[in-house]
Amino acid sequence: MTGPVVRLPLPTEDPLAPPAAWETLRRQCPVARAALPSGDSAVYLTRYDHVRQLLADPRFVRPTERDDAARIAPEGAGGAAATGSGTVALPDRGEPHQRWRRQVGRYFTVKRMTALRPGMVRLTEDLVDAMVTAGAPADLRAALGFPLPVYVICDLLGIPADDRDRFSHWSDAFLSVTRYTGEEIRTAHGELVAYMSAHIDAKRARPAGDLLSTLIEESEADEEAGEDGEEPGREPGLSHDELVATGMGLLIAGHETTANMIGKMVAMLLDDRGRWERLVKDPSLVRTAVEESLRFDANLGFGLRRYLGEDVEIDGRLVPAGSTVVCSMPAANRDERAFAGADDTDLGRSPNPHLTFGVGPHSCLGQALARTELQVVLETLLGRLPTLRLAVPVEELRKTEGLLVGGLSEVPVAW
Amino acid sequence: MKLSVDEERCCGAGACVLAAPEVFDQRDEDGVVTLLDSDPAEHRQNAVREAAAVCPTAAIRVTA
Repeated sequence: MTGPVVRLPLPTEDPLAPPAAWETLRRQCPVARAALPSGDSAVYLTRYDHVRQLLADPRFVRPTERDDAARIAPEGAGGAAATGSGTVALPDRGEPHQRWRRQVGRYFTVKRMTALRPGMVRLTEDLVDAMVTAGAPADLRAALGFPLPVYVICDLLGIPADDRDRFSHWSDAFLSVTRYTGEEIRTAHGELVAYMSAHIDAKRARPAGDLLSTLIEESEADEEAGEDGEEPGREPGLSHDELVATGMGLLIAGHETTANMIGKMVAMLLDDRGRWERLVKDPSLVRTAVEESLRFDANLGFGLRRYLGEDVEIDGRLVPAGSTVVCSMPAANRDERAFAGADDTDLGRSPNPHLTFGVGPHSCLGQALARTELQVVLETLLGRLPTLRLAVPVEELRKTEGLLVGGLSEVPVAW
Repeated sequence: MKLSVDEERCCGAGACVLAAPEVFDQRDEDGVVTLLDSDPAEHRQNAVREAAAVCPTAAIRVTA
């Protein structure tokens, strides 16, 4: 690896624009050296084929504290998602990971998400009603982008959404790179573990048909059956710690990512009103427009880390075992080698094999949920507020800083 | 067009079902892909190619 060291996160000139460095890196230095906020160094990948190849390789998974991987966050400032902290007791690789994934993944099938759609539409309509009643200008993130995914994931998990301010703080702390102190993160993490543990105990006492209740019932049925009575081929249930970690992971994953994406999608589509007007005229483009927004989003966050337990060759170069690789999905999504006209939006682009949800055995578990929410939001806004526009110049939008995931802190709109 | 899927590779993302719902489905018990039609008619083939292209684990194989 030659060439300059890039310092992550890369600066951008405009809150919706990609860092200028991506283009140069993809062309001249696709296997780059990067300095992380911790001061540790990593390998930084920006080309589509390289990112896709590494993320899809089951030998390499997200590093945990057990690995001697480069750290993202400065000492003490990293939440569990940045440090790979061992308190998250989920099977993270191989066969046990696939088993966990299938136990939980069946709650996120397209069929189940389609069944949730009418409820999502009602929720979205109600939130838009409240926003319209309060009057323009409104912050679309606070009025719709944040509450919708929180209500939906809380409903799935059987958690009261009334606690959403606390969840929001816990989630930010979990995803901290530089925003919080070690003390604040430890406190938040402890509170979230205690909350979820008590919630699981309460569900154990009074099951309610939600995702966690069902996972608990399955694990109890397995305990009663015992090892001798185990049905052949039946998967073992989850332990209490695994249930807590599953609940925490889903609560956090259901929080920031889709909330941020709703704001970014609307801001991107309104940044060039020709895009918005085209969708108002032809709502059949909603599905592909959502995918294109996911691809075009330059502000996705840090990228995914992989720890190399063995040597690997990328772009004809040896990346030695012990290296940590940061895969930039948004840089890969703007790679001309993979997408014709990569720096332009094509609302009807198909196929659109963007890497925003990751690829391989760890690709986003909730992607059908996210897609459904994004489609519902876009359809509803196009129908209800065809005159929607950004209430500030795009340069005045502010990016979320200091977290693993990127977004806009406010999305002021008028109609 | 002949289609096959690799259940072992499948990660249950459901991207194929969203792209081509007449051709792909997911098992209720674990979200793994099921093939509804291994020889899709011509008017469905674009959607099937899209499904194969967007599969996050490249678990869908299309042969001429």
